[in-house]
Amino acid sequence: MDVSKRFGRIFAIHRVNLEIRDGDYVCVLGPTGAGKTTLLKCIAGLERVDEGEILLDGRRVNDFPPEVRNAVYVPQHYALFPHLRVLENVSFGPMAKGVRRDEALVNSHKMLELVRLDKRVDSLPQELSGGMQQRVALARGLASGARLLLLDEPLGALDARLRIELRYQLRRLAKDLGLTVVHVTHDQAEAMTIADTIIVLREGMVEQMGSPFHIYQRPVNLFVANFIGDTNFLEGIVSERGTEGSTLELRRSLHIKVADTSYLPGERVVIALRQEKTHLMSAGMRAANAIRGRVQAIRLLGDFIKCEIRLENEDSVSYKFLRAGAIPGVGESVMITFRPEDCMIFPYPSTGLSREVETT
Amino acid sequence: MKGHQERVGLMDRLSAEPKASMGLYSASALFFFVIVLLPAITGILLKWEKIHEALSDATMLSRASAALYASFAIALSVSLLDLLAGIPMAWLIVKRDSKLINVIDTLADIPFIVPTVALGYSVLLFWSGPSGLSSLFGPQVAIEPGWALVMLLHFAFSYPIVVRLMVGEFRGYRETYELAARTLGASAFTAVRTVTFPILRPAFVAAFLLAFARSLSETGATIMVAGSFENGTVFIKRAKDAGLEGPLVLVSLALIAISVAIFGAISFLGPRLRLPIRNVWPNFERRLSGYGGWRDLVTVVAFAVFVVIPSLFIALPSGTAVLDGTLGKAIAGQGVWGDYWKSLAVSYAVALLATMVNIVVGFPMAIIIARRRFGRRACAIMDALVNVPIIVPSVALGVSLSFFWSALGSLPEFWVLVLVHVSITYTYFVRAISAALEGISQEIEETARTLGASPFTVFRRITLPLAKYSFFSGAIMVFTRSVDETGATVAVVRQLKTAPVLLVDWVKNPQLYGQSTTALGIGFLVLMSFIVLLALRLALWRRR
Amino acid sequence: MPQVEIVGLTKTYGQIRALDHVDLTIRDREYVSIIGPSGCGKTTLIKCIAGIIEPTEGEIRIDGRVVNDLKPEERGVGYVFQEIALFPNMNVWDNITYGPRAKGWPAERIRHIGREMLEMIGLQARYNSYPDELSGGASQKTAVSRAVSSGAILLLLDEPLGALDSKVRTDLRYKVRRLVQDLGLTAIHVTHDQEEAMSISDRVVVMRAGKIVEEGSPMQLYSVPRDVFTANFVGEANFLQGAVVEAGEKGAIVEVSGYRVGTGDSSRGVGEEVVLCVRPEFVSIESGESALRGVIAEQIFQGSVVRYVISVSEGLTISADYPEGLEPRGLNPGDGVGIVVPPEKVLVYEPPREGLAKAISLE
Repeated sequence: MDVSKRFGRIFAIHRVNLEIRDGDYVCVLGPTGAGKTTLLKCIAGLERVDEGEILLDGRRVNDFPPEVRNAVYVPQHYALFPHLRVLENVSFGPMAKGVRRDEALVNSHKMLELVRLDKRVDSLPQELSGGMQQRVALARGLASGARLLLLDEPLGALDARLRIELRYQLRRLAKDLGLTVVHVTHDQAEAMTIADTIIVLREGMVEQMGSPFHIYQRPVNLFVANFIGDTNFLEGIVSERGTEGSTLELRRSLHIKVADTSYLPGERVVIALRQEKTHLMSAGMRAANAIRGRVQAIRLLGDFIKCEIRLENEDSVSYKFLRAGAIPGVGESVMITFRPEDCMIFPYPSTGLSREVETT
Repeated sequence: MKGHQERVGLMDRLSAEPKASMGLYSASALFFFVIVLLPAITGILLKWEKIHEALSDATMLSRASAALYASFAIALSVSLLDLLAGIPMAWLIVKRDSKLINVIDTLADIPFIVPTVALGYSVLLFWSGPSGLSSLFGPQVAIEPGWALVMLLHFAFSYPIVVRLMVGEFRGYRETYELAARTLGASAFTAVRTVTFPILRPAFVAAFLLAFARSLSETGATIMVAGSFENGTVFIKRAKDAGLEGPLVLVSLALIAISVAIFGAISFLGPRLRLPIRNVWPNFERRLSGYGGWRDLVTVVAFAVFVVIPSLFIALPSGTAVLDGTLGKAIAGQGVWGDYWKSLAVSYAVALLATMVNIVVGFPMAIIIARRRFGRRACAIMDALVNVPIIVPSVALGVSLSFFWSALGSLPEFWVLVLVHVSITYTYFVRAISAALEGISQEIEETARTLGASPFTVFRRITLPLAKYSFFSGAIMVFTRSVDETGATVAVVRQLKTAPVLLVDWVKNPQLYGQSTTALGIGFLVLMSFIVLLALRLALWRRR
Repeated sequence: MPQVEIVGLTKTYGQIRALDHVDLTIRDREYVSIIGPSGCGKTTLIKCIAGIIEPTEGEIRIDGRVVNDLKPEERGVGYVFQEIALFPNMNVWDNITYGPRAKGWPAERIRHIGREMLEMIGLQARYNSYPDELSGGASQKTAVSRAVSSGAILLLLDEPLGALDSKVRTDLRYKVRRLVQDLGLTAIHVTHDQEEAMSISDRVVVMRAGKIVEEGSPMQLYSVPRDVFTANFVGEANFLQGAVVEAGEKGAIVEVSGYRVGTGDSSRGVGEEVVLCVRPEFVSIESGESALRGVIAEQIFQGSVVRYVISVSEGLTISADYPEGLEPRGLNPGDGVGIVVPPEKVLVYEPPREGLAKAISLE
């Protein structure tokens, strides 16, 4: 089912335009308060839209009540009906739509089998663990025959490790059943892993929309560059611009070379450099950029190791690497390098850099 | 699980139609305004000119002001005492768990369940009658009917309200705050004083206001124990009996106006009251924390002496009456008993009708308030207005209503009585249901809609089952309040008598109706109340 | 002298054992994280230490003193609650200075510590704000400084970052760590997020069903976990099951689904059933001949990492992670590839009695 919306709303969402293709797994990503839940509720028909249109399968549904839109909304805490058993919860949708009881029950059993909860049909929601409740909520949504699933932080209430495990299963289930999913989350790692398309939302507006690869490689602004992935930010001024690249002057007159040529000399810019594209220079390596620095801290993140370095010009960067090789010691003096083409350049924001990349 | 098929029926389609549901809500809101609120306010204003009568008579005026002053003074002091006594009791019930505490918990409900006329008679016999306290300690201990007895009565019957409310609040209170304070180094006493109580302050204010309203409102039992003393409600009854409309209107109007003003003031100022939380006296308060045991003991003893025993005392004379032959006469319907059974029938008929009407018109109103169907501001206003019937003393309300309905034409007294009872009890059902609805997360209803359920199906299969408990307890509250009702009834009736009104008559005329008769009459009322309550409770358990 | 000693700590609720004879020692100034799935007993453990829950059995010693009989306010332990629990009726200043005030400190000292704390968390401008006006991060910082302002030297943190967005969490965790370090405190941090624990702790304790499964430095638990549960919980892992077919001095060869996998473990005998575990970042893909082969089922771009999910046989998949940019070119789902696993990176375990699936289950 195709979903396309053009609508705006002054406070919660503002002029959001997007189109979702049939069978797509879309993640709406953004910080708390960005308007993600409001967006979902508008599609579901639980909130009125002030301006604009919502089209489902080409039909304008603005005035349709939620029960006929065939778009199931699953809130963060699942909203399982506490007074009904698992089977009754799951069969609620079909029965409400007028399906015969025996048919609805058969369908419900099938859905519960799909989520591997066929043994718990007689349990009450409060007797189940968080992960199980989530699966019941999914089965309930699937059983209702909806082709569009609207999931509001579906994994948010679960333990971190469980979240990582279940995200793959979620996507697989959606793909196997050919559903279109709009999945809201604030966890960028989650969105990157399971989405076909990511929509980055901030304060009610769409910052960027695209495939995970595209958004990661070509963030459209500083907010997106910071929100997704681990990024270093350096402030600088363009000192020279050539045909193949530019030279930027950082703090304490440190110069670096970048491949970007869109900014004029004298312009104030911010360099965004992914932490995994920042490398430790090994002996005998030749590089366009080489900066001395001192290791401030080493952080073990499991598969990744992250080193915080204070550069000779007082700027700080971190670099991270997979497959632990040699780990430098704290206080050690090292050389940092990165490729000119890995530097993403953005104009210096008028509201100041910290405001743009601020999280707390 | 229901055995029938669900089909997309008429009700489903209708409920999805915004105009239909708006129509339902509007009708319900209209009912409230036209049948409950309007008569209450305008009735009394119809007799505005009569005030001049009263104002011109100096003695009457001073008598009226004294009565008014007495009402408010008693209400204020009793409410404070109830808070002082009720809070430690609620604390005890929630914090300590044992069989004894469960017994105390149940006992604390007694004044709630027992009709206030029974309470009044029981208090009268216990504190001032020859068979009560004086039989143990001599006649000089007896408290004559008067303001002291009124205070003891009011204290006893508002006690359970305060305790119930506080128990609910303490149970729902997130203990985390107190624990946080303890881990930071505060002794138990300090933590409660600086953290728990300030956070619960709105609940204390609410409990105070409830006790206050009850005290102002209570009529029947107060008349029994007042003797020659007069507070506002007693004065009104006397004025009505004497046919003095002027003073009647004056005092009623004054009661209404002053209660609303006080309510407004306390509701507004209460949350802003700053208790001293900045200062801490660590050593002193640490020592106080150790006196928990003594505090509990005092609480329980006070509870027993001032609440339980006076309330249960009626059992003695009732039991005696059963044994001495009065029972036979009663069942045979001899003499005064004929009127008694008739009045009982009237009471229950009115209560039943009032309950049914309230359920039908009150439920949509509760939905309007809880789910803000008419927008935030309008619904906040309605929320406040729905409280009017319990803020305004019921006797004053009754006066206003009787003027209104009699001015409107010749409605049979029975139906006026039903409408009056509907007005008086309206608030209870709406409050109970809207509180329950607010407890049901809107997410659940929203999700159900997206699964394909029409608003009617959501109501039927989700909302109602989840609100079931509050539904029944709201209905029970309305029913018992109606049976209990004396204030407005006294102001309205001419020929007809409900059971409590009849019994007040009996108590005030001991020369006509002996103690045995009265005690038994009251005993039957208590018994019937228990049976009805039990039956409703059982019905609730069965459905679960 | 060890700061905290827990000996035989047990807590039962009827039939349920929330804590089952837990022994733990925490040294002065250590930052220890306790991780585990929901219901493993980690929160019960720190609540016992704080005095909020009374243990059924066992002893808790702080600085050598048995504290079982001490009330919470007498233990000198700072506690940060999962719900944050800032007092809603007080502003930031009153919240932070509550402890000193409750203990009756002189006014000047209270003012001094209040100012110091505000400066440390950078909220000088918000001293007069009320909790409902603060952002998640600011609330959390206020809660932490409140817990330590009255001089507690032991700080207990109960899922302190739970309610926050991922990005805010990752930033705030380091700030909290730094604060604890600067103040010279000992900290016990409970969390279900293993990445959080790994990134800031000196030592990590893994709990499950009321018992401690394993403890060690983050690196140890990640590289050489002694238990399969730890291996799965502390990071993602590939699990293979099979039997030893060759054993030698330098290692052993295990047959898995008809393929041969080498390990560096020489302690197993031929015929023994074993469970093998290897982290995705150590699995490589080869186009040439290889002892282990499979078909690429999925290629997932995860930002800085590209993951290949390779199907080896019915029900057995292996994930291989590559840093983005360094992944093998020209691979597509459906391609047959060789899988290379360095024997020294393969961890070997005895098959768990309850079966592998149950043993590593996160629920």
